[in-house]
Amino acid sequence: MNTFFSGTRLRDMIRAIRACKTAAEERAVVRKECAAIRTSINENDQDYRHRNLAKLMFIHMLGYPTHFGQMECLKLIASAGFPEKRIGYLGLMLLLDERQEVLMLVTNSLKQDLNHSNQYIVGLALCALGNICSAEMARDLAPEVERLLQFRDPNIRKKAALCSIRIIRKVPDLAENFINPAAALLKEKHHGVLITGIQLCTDLCKVSPEALEFLRKKHTEGLVRTLKDVVNSPYAPEYDIAGIADPFLHVRLLKLLRALGQGDADASDAMNDILAQVATKTESNKNAGNAILYECVETIMSIEDNGGLRVLAINILGRFLSNRDNNIRYVALNMLMKAITVDVQAVQRHRATILECVKDSDASIRKRALELVYLLVNETNVKPLTKELIDYLEVSDEEFKGDLTAKICSIVEKFSPEKIWYIDQMLKVLAEAGNFVKDEVWHALIVVISNASDLHGYTVRALYKAFQTSSEQESLVRVAVWCIGEYGDMLMNNVGMLAIEDPVTVTESDIVDVVEIALKHHALDLTTKAMALIALLKLSSRFPSCSERIKDIIVHHKGSLVLELQQRSLEFNSIIEKHQNIRSTLVERMPILDEATFTTRRAGSLPAAVSTSGGASLNLPNGAVKPSTAPLVDLLDLSDDVPAAPGSSGGDFLQDLLGVDLSTAPTQSGTNQVQKAGTDVLLDLLSIGVPPVQSSTSTTDILSPIQNEKSPIATLDALSSSSSPSAQATSSARAAPMMDLLDGFGPSPSKPENNGSVYPPFVAFESSSLRITFNFSKQPGNPQTTLVQATFTNLTPNDFTDFIFQAAVPKFLQLHLDPASSNILPASGNGSITQNMRVTNNQHGKRAASLVYWDQPCRPQASTLMLSVYIKGMDLCVLYIGGHSSLRFLLPSQQITLHRLL
Amino acid sequence: MIRFILLQNRQGKTRLAKYYVPLEDSEKHKVEYEVHRLVVNRDPKFTNFVEFRTHKVIYRRYAGLFFALCVDITDNELAYLECIHLFVEILDHFFSNVCELDLVFNFHKVYLILDEFILAGELQETSKRAIIERMGELEKLE
Repeated sequence: MNTFFSGTRLRDMIRAIRACKTAAEERAVVRKECAAIRTSINENDQDYRHRNLAKLMFIHMLGYPTHFGQMECLKLIASAGFPEKRIGYLGLMLLLDERQEVLMLVTNSLKQDLNHSNQYIVGLALCALGNICSAEMARDLAPEVERLLQFRDPNIRKKAALCSIRIIRKVPDLAENFINPAAALLKEKHHGVLITGIQLCTDLCKVSPEALEFLRKKHTEGLVRTLKDVVNSPYAPEYDIAGIADPFLHVRLLKLLRALGQGDADASDAMNDILAQVATKTESNKNAGNAILYECVETIMSIEDNGGLRVLAINILGRFLSNRDNNIRYVALNMLMKAITVDVQAVQRHRATILECVKDSDASIRKRALELVYLLVNETNVKPLTKELIDYLEVSDEEFKGDLTAKICSIVEKFSPEKIWYIDQMLKVLAEAGNFVKDEVWHALIVVISNASDLHGYTVRALYKAFQTSSEQESLVRVAVWCIGEYGDMLMNNVGMLAIEDPVTVTESDIVDVVEIALKHHALDLTTKAMALIALLKLSSRFPSCSERIKDIIVHHKGSLVLELQQRSLEFNSIIEKHQNIRSTLVERMPILDEATFTTRRAGSLPAAVSTSGGASLNLPNGAVKPSTAPLVDLLDLSDDVPAAPGSSGGDFLQDLLGVDLSTAPTQSGTNQVQKAGTDVLLDLLSIGVPPVQSSTSTTDILSPIQNEKSPIATLDALSSSSSPSAQATSSARAAPMMDLLDGFGPSPSKPENNGSVYPPFVAFESSSLRITFNFSKQPGNPQTTLVQATFTNLTPNDFTDFIFQAAVPKFLQLHLDPASSNILPASGNGSITQNMRVTNNQHGKRAASLVYWDQPCRPQASTLMLSVYIKGMDLCVLYIGGHSSLRFLLPSQQITLHRLL
Repeated sequence: MIRFILLQNRQGKTRLAKYYVPLEDSEKHKVEYEVHRLVVNRDPKFTNFVEFRTHKVIYRRYAGLFFALCVDITDNELAYLECIHLFVEILDHFFSNVCELDLVFNFHKVYLILDEFILAGELQETSKRAIIERMGELEKLE
């Protein structure tokens, strides 16, 4: 009886589906069929059950959901006839997998069928079990399968053997039950049973050391003899492939012998002769022969050393490598990767050929070859190999460039003999494939450049030249812009000229051109542009003649639609316009970046899996002496104050250093923000004029060196980069009082006295509606207490009534708020309200209280003095004043920022 | 070990998909799509091996049909390539000059043949004749 005979036959359904012209038509047909099948299922129609299921399998193959047919499989499996069972099991394998609960219901049917008198039905059950068996089923049915390994019919035995493989993969504990019956299969003459038996033994060796030991002792010789028989067998048409009798059996035997020979000299010895015979006698003009040779080479490489055999194996690989067939070359490369651990020299001999393979048009070969080249690089050949790879980078496919650059960068970092070579090669890579270079790579480059003080001039000139031709390569532009910002003056004056260099004539305006191009280039991203703005600020102080032009560029970006660029432009513009006196110190060179810290950060942030391409250590022998003062390291070690900060990786660390942490900031979680806030302390107002105590360990103390710095540079640098520049602070003793910082912002700059009672007032806040001015003073002999007089002026044409000013401070501070002079603030600046506050720092000298800007969504620091203004009747409500980017508040022009906050 | 076997035409329509590892249906569709993308445009001169996630796909094209096996990274590529060819010979023998339509209309038989050839992701029988004979016996039971 044909299974699919009456009604809408399976064949008709397939025809109808094939006739569909559009996907919509197909969906309609399938929907109709599914509806019919569902109805039929609901009516419990027995006659068409198997036909329905066959249809469902086809529908499933097309990608439609068919879960409603799962129970039908079980019903068919439970029915008596072979055709029904057959379709049922087929459906079971296709529509279900081992994770579905329905499968639990089938265990019983399987058990019955495994014990069925009809061997074809037993075969069906074994097949299903082998393909979908779960761990529970494995435990329940293992005894049946074990018994079937000795079944009289070979078809059942081989199926049972493969089923056993699945069972021991699922439950390795069951392995020992299978050792004896599996070993018995190795004596079979039937190829099908023999090959499955060999596979079962190979798997047993993997999961069970006892099985390995047993097979090694008892069966190595037998297997060697079997292989000998197969190799020497006369022509057998049934198994012949390209003149070889059953190459599959060869391959499986060699694989099992490999498992037995590995780590055992005696077993290895026993198979030497036959391996030599296979390696020399096998025909290598057809794929089948090569498959055997390939397996044989792998076995020779894996078993215990026999010099002669290994030479033979390496020669075979050499022959493979020069084969015209790409498949053969591919496996040769694959195997050479393994051979490299055995005999590096032998593989090195093929270096030229392997290098050619890197340039192959086939991506699979290229990838293998590149991996291999990477393993072949050492100190002696790094230069020629790198040159070859970089030359190839110019012409390689776009999709290969990512892999290739990663490997080149890793090689260069790992084996670079000297810094100048490292920098040269990196610049070449950046110029050629800068868009493929990972962030940590160019971060590392900047750290190296920063440390190579004798190469600053050379590097910046080389970057300048590279920029002229490769301004599209993002990471090249970033490094160039950073270096120009730092070392722009060296570019112009040919400072630190090396003998190998040609002098370049560059004017100040050429240099500004470069940065301007980077800033305006449409294809470059926000990070690059932000770095370009910093570079401009730095150049504005180094190149007075271009100052006007730079100012124009910056002013132009005040209208940028990108908030970050707008903010920076506004800030930098203010610095240029209003704070000439501090600008030059503000934009001094970055301190030398600490290599060791960066390296550990980076190593920590890299997952172990990518260690081959990550190349964590910067192994540069002539590295500059790194600054070794402990406080410096502490300061760079930003996350110390927030130990569990999730976002602190090497990349973040350097991004912080470079002040380019733009893209991540808005999306990062609160914890990371806290970390930043912790480093952003700016105005140590309440500890002014106090000798710093550096020995204590609280959070703020890590930051306390800010107090005793010579100039406000570090803190103001924090405008752009968050905190690391404060590292400078430690090196110098306090030379001028902190209030210098405020000079720039106060309306009437005046030199404060050292421990004096009067500091200049400054405008804490100004908007179109309200201005707040703070006056600070300290009483002589009472340095703990700071008096703050706040003056409020109403700039709107309407009076403010019910004006209330509120302030909040952290616990270690005490705040005393005097009553305000009035609660009505007259319109248009006709009069003002004053209010006095007295802030006492209980831990004076130990903890610095700071006015820290509190940006959403981060939480205020414990040491933050928050001042809030609450004015009834207006929407204006809370204001936090303080450090970091928040200096921006103190600059009256920056109302946009304020609006964001209010 | 063979993770899955796919038989797809040039348009990417799956004609046979056999998974020896449990995958969600959505994941299966993704895999089928990705494998098709990987192999369909490769130059015939290229290797028959492509890396696929943490495994590799051994594929071979016969007219408009791609036979693809996904195997472990350490498996013998050349042997599996030979294995594909043997499977195709078996199909060719069974359907006498097999074409895509045979596989579409008799998909359940193709699965049956495959179940006699490969089980649990491992090779079960290497003799073409033995498989054809076995299929004959099974057909008689229908």
